Formats: sequence, structure tokens, C-alpha cells
Amino acid sequence: MAITEAPHIVTADIDAPNSHTLEAYLAVGGYEGLKKALSMTPEEVANEVDKASLLGRGGAGFPAGRKWSMLAPSEVRYLVVNGDESEPATFKDHMLIERMPHRIIEGALIAAYATQVMAAFIYVRGEFALGIERLQQALNEAYAYNAVGRNIFGSNFSVDLVVHPGAGAYICGEETALLESLEGKRGYPRIKPPYFPAAIGLYGAPTIVNNVETVSNLPWIISHGGAAFSALGEGRSTGTRIFALSGHVRRPGNYELEMVKTTFRDLIYAPVLGGGIRSGRELKAFIPGGVSAPWFGPDKLDLPLGQDEVGANGSMLGSGSVVVMDDHTCPVRAAWRITHFFWRESCGQCTPCREGSGWLEKTMRRIEEGAGRPADIDLLLDVCDNIAPELGWPPQQTTICVLGPSIPSSIVSAIRMFEDEFAMHVKEGACPYE
Amino acid sequence: MGHFNSEVLQRAKELIALYPHPRSALIPLCHLAQEQDGWLTPEAIEEIAQLLDISPAEVAGTASFYDMFHRKPVGRYLISVCTNIACMLSGGRELLQHVSQRLGVAVGGTTADGMFTLEEAECLADCGSAPVVQVNHRFFSAMTPDSVDQLVEDLAAGKLSDVVPPHGVLNRVKREVGLQVPVEELVRQRREASQAREERARLAQQGQEGRS
Repeated sequence: MAITEAPHIVTADIDAPNSHTLEAYLAVGGYEGLKKALSMTPEEVANEVDKASLLGRGGAGFPAGRKWSMLAPSEVRYLVVNGDESEPATFKDHMLIERMPHRIIEGALIAAYATQVMAAFIYVRGEFALGIERLQQALNEAYAYNAVGRNIFGSNFSVDLVVHPGAGAYICGEETALLESLEGKRGYPRIKPPYFPAAIGLYGAPTIVNNVETVSNLPWIISHGGAAFSALGEGRSTGTRIFALSGHVRRPGNYELEMVKTTFRDLIYAPVLGGGIRSGRELKAFIPGGVSAPWFGPDKLDLPLGQDEVGANGSMLGSGSVVVMDDHTCPVRAAWRITHFFWRESCGQCTPCREGSGWLEKTMRRIEEGAGRPADIDLLLDVCDNIAPELGWPPQQTTICVLGPSIPSSIVSAIRMFEDEFAMHVKEGACPYE
Repeated sequence: MGHFNSEVLQRAKELIALYPHPRSALIPLCHLAQEQDGWLTPEAIEEIAQLLDISPAEVAGTASFYDMFHRKPVGRYLISVCTNIACMLSGGRELLQHVSQRLGVAVGGTTADGMFTLEEAECLADCGSAPVVQVNHRFFSAMTPDSVDQLVEDLAAGKLSDVVPPHGVLNRVKREVGLQVPVEELVRQRREASQAREERARLAQQGQEGRS
């Protein structure tokens, strides 16, 4: 395993001065992909993306090309770009929105052309104030450049694009909740089926929802061809991907790497990537794909950064965010904080999630604060089992969306890996790390 | 006489015109109301309801779902300290306690002079620079107790007004153009383009058959 010489696709030229401006974007070949796409038929564009085997970069990892092909026939249909990045420890889309907004716009327009939608929206997390301003500025520039709007670049394709702000709700990253939110409602995930907004989406019309990083790949795929993209990576995990590395590493940050070719060990320890654990400490555990994912111990360091490889080992690559915890980390406190987050963000529609998250949060808090009881560990596992029966991975679904069944991941991981530390909290009546 | 001033009312109407259904403008309009008033007032909720032709209860019920809408006044500067996992591992909880002591308010509270409100934030998506603080949703990264003290001082002295507008101002970049193409025209354009592609495909197939 190694860090390969694969090109940077979504983060290319992101360090250039004023990379968020049209001038800087055009200087590095910006909008050439869109021009090329407009010279092809929509079907040809979709075929290239199919050939690329681009998996969605939001968390679920569904093939983007297949998503497009599921779009129900209808004269009115929509595209929504999901920029509501809120999965804890995920910070890649935030960077792309602030520093490469034109690439997102170009990608959105390529997707809009391939799917022949009526209108396109970019839903940006409300807390990204600078990102919203940068994206709106970029969109203003793109309109003036005729990259969007009427008869784009002189073609017979017209489409309008709207930058839409969110207002602070994790659940709106779930695509059906996002659509409800975009309709001006509470962000309640919709009951499935229909499983995909491609059947029934925004205002009941067929709708494609693609992640910011997903669409940022499209200009390169159209310019270089789907085959060049799928030549990178291995198996189902093609191309490159941003891995967001945080926690106790010397060099946290976003790293775009070729899929599968690099391991977690490379990501965490390579001098040009994570640079190893801070303060000369040892690795205790890491979360491989956002806080909804089960944790891994040091024995999983040599797994490659690939969707199927991580999935086969009982967790997920998810949103591509890796959280590193050193040997001074209290696993109870870490799992409690993650549970606290889910409890705060549960939308409240489904009982297992709404009630379960509160029970788990209270029980975890009481153990961490030294008031835990010996029976609490079994109680935690029992409540977790009620939310995600049998505690397997991927979790069984008891709720409308996947937020609920994601809650047990951190608690079950922490108990399975560090049960003695839970017992120590209870026995000593205090957190041993305090 | 409505609650929105004439400039805000004009912008509200422009926002509504961007969407196929007016209600989609609900969140943008609530942001706009906070820009005018600093928080989401009952009067603004009434006016938004009128503009969208829905009930005030629907506006309030929707707004209350979202953390960024404040239905009670907040300080000129809303300080959000992240304590979620990545920031927690880098001292976010201790930083929140420090700011609370420095301001002399509990989490959720507002200083007596109305200058600062302190809140505990969930992950703000800047984890490579933990621990992270936002002021009115503008990022301040890799904070320490000292740097956050300096930040509070600078804010109080009005030194950061270019970077941090008053609470409620989310987006200072106005959309310069409305929608360019009416839906009926788009439907016609898509239909004609699709027919033209089918015609070309038919001709190409005929040509192939002719050659074979």
C-alpha cells in the first residue's frame, strides 16, 4: 500500500490564490467540462458517468450514474446538490464550498444537463456563512459568464440554479429530509418507499440529490472520460476521494487520495498525511467513516480505504471522515458525546430514535459522571438492541431514516472494545481520565 | 404597514420568485427577518406567513425545528463553541467552560449588556482546525483560551465588524439576477431538443441501414 501519484480531482488547484473566483477557475481550465458536455447528448454524458462508476460521496455510497438512470420520466424534474454537511468530523464539503464553488456549480450544471432537469438547487448548510457568500458570488459570476441561465454557452440548453441556505439541523443531510426542508417545512425524513427521490422528490416530482463532492468530480470525468476515472482505485471504489482526518494526529486535514490504494495506517502515520499520533502517544481506536460508523482498533490499520473493504470488516467508509483517538482518550466520554449529538439531533418522528437516544444519553452520562450502576452496561446494550435489533452491521432498520440505527454504533463499539473501562467507571464512581 | 422595511420586503419578494412554490422561501425569509431584527420576532413571523400565504403557526412551527432561528432576542454576537467529537478531543469542552467564565454567563445565556450570547454547538465541519468557534457563524479556528479571550475583546471593541456582521446577517452577497427562463419555455426547449435528438438518431440508423 502506498500514497499513489493519482491526480487530484476535486481538490485540484484549491490552494491557488482566490481559488473561489471565476478568474482563478478559468485560469485552470474551469467550465471546459461543461462546454464539452453540452457538445454531447445527455445520454452520452450519463454514459461517461456510468463508466466512471462514481459512487456517491455523501455517505451512503450509491452509484451516481445508477441514481440518474432511475429518474422517472416526467417533464418537470429537479436536481438538488446536497451541501448540508453535518456528520460530525466531516469537513470536506465545507472546504470545497468555500474554496472551489465554481467546480460545484460546473458539476451541478453537467448533472442538470445529463438529467434534463427543470431547475437545480444547491442546499448549503446554514452555518457555512462564508461558504454561502462564496457560492452566491460564484453563481453571480457564472450567470454573467453565461455558464448558467438562458442558452448556456450558446447551446439550446437553459437552466437556472439557486443557492439555498439551511438553518441548522443535522437531519437535513438525509436526502428526503433535505427535500422537505427545501419545500419550506420541518426537516422530517419521508417514509419509504419510495426509496429514492428519483421516483418522488421535490414537490412530488422526480428529483436527483447528489452530494457536493460527488458533483465536483463531474467536470474531470467529462473532460478526461469515465474510463480514466474508473482506472483509478480498485473494484467498486473508483477514482479519488477526500478523507477528512481529525482527532489526535499531528497533521489533521482533508486529503484527496486514490481509493483503495492507501491504508488507514498510511493516512494516520505517513509524514505527508496524518504524521502519526500527537505527543508521542499510542493509537487507541479510530472511527473510519463518520460518527455513525462502528469503531476500529489498531488491528484494522492495514485495511485499505475502500468502501467494500471497510464494509466487509463491520463498519463503513461513510462520509470518509476518520477520527483518531489516542491512548489518553476516555472511550465512555467519546461515545457519550456522540450519543449526546444524536439525542440532540433526532427529529422525533420515530419512537426508537426519539426515546432511545434520550435513554442512552442519560445512561452514558451517568456512567461518565461516576453515577453508573453495574447493570447499566446491559441496559445500554438492551436499549441499543431495541433501536437496531441484533446489533449487527449494517444495522437493521426500525425507523424512517438511518439516524436512529446509527446511534448504537459508538456505544456498542466502546463496550465491545473497552468493557473493562466502563466497569472501572462504575466501580470507582468516577471517570479514571479526570 | 408591514413589519419588514421596504428594502427587506423587496428582497423577500425576489427570494420568493426564485422557487416553483413560494413556501420554499420560508427558511431564506426567516434568515432575512433575523438580518433585520437580530432574531425572529412574532411580527416577522406574521409577515412571512402573509407573504407565503400560510398561517403564522406554520411559519413558527417550521422555524422552531431549526437551531439557527432564535425566537427570543440574542446578543449582537452569538458565540458558538463546538464540543463534538473532534473538538472534544482537542479541548472543546474546556474551551466552552472558559468562555462561559470569561463572559460570566451560563451556556445559552446572554451578557447583561446584550453584547454576547454563548451556545454549545454541534460539529461545525472544520475539524482539521479543532477546537472551533463561530461568531455569528463566521469561523475562528484552532482556538485556545488566550486566543478566544482576544477574540472577545476585539469583538467588544468593534474591531472585527468587517469580518463579523451583527447577528442575523447570514449572506452579504445578493443574488444579482432572478430566474432567467420561465418554466413553460424550459418545457418547450426540453421537448424540442429531445425530438431533435430522436430525429438525429433515426437518421443515423437509416444511414447505417442504407450502408449495410
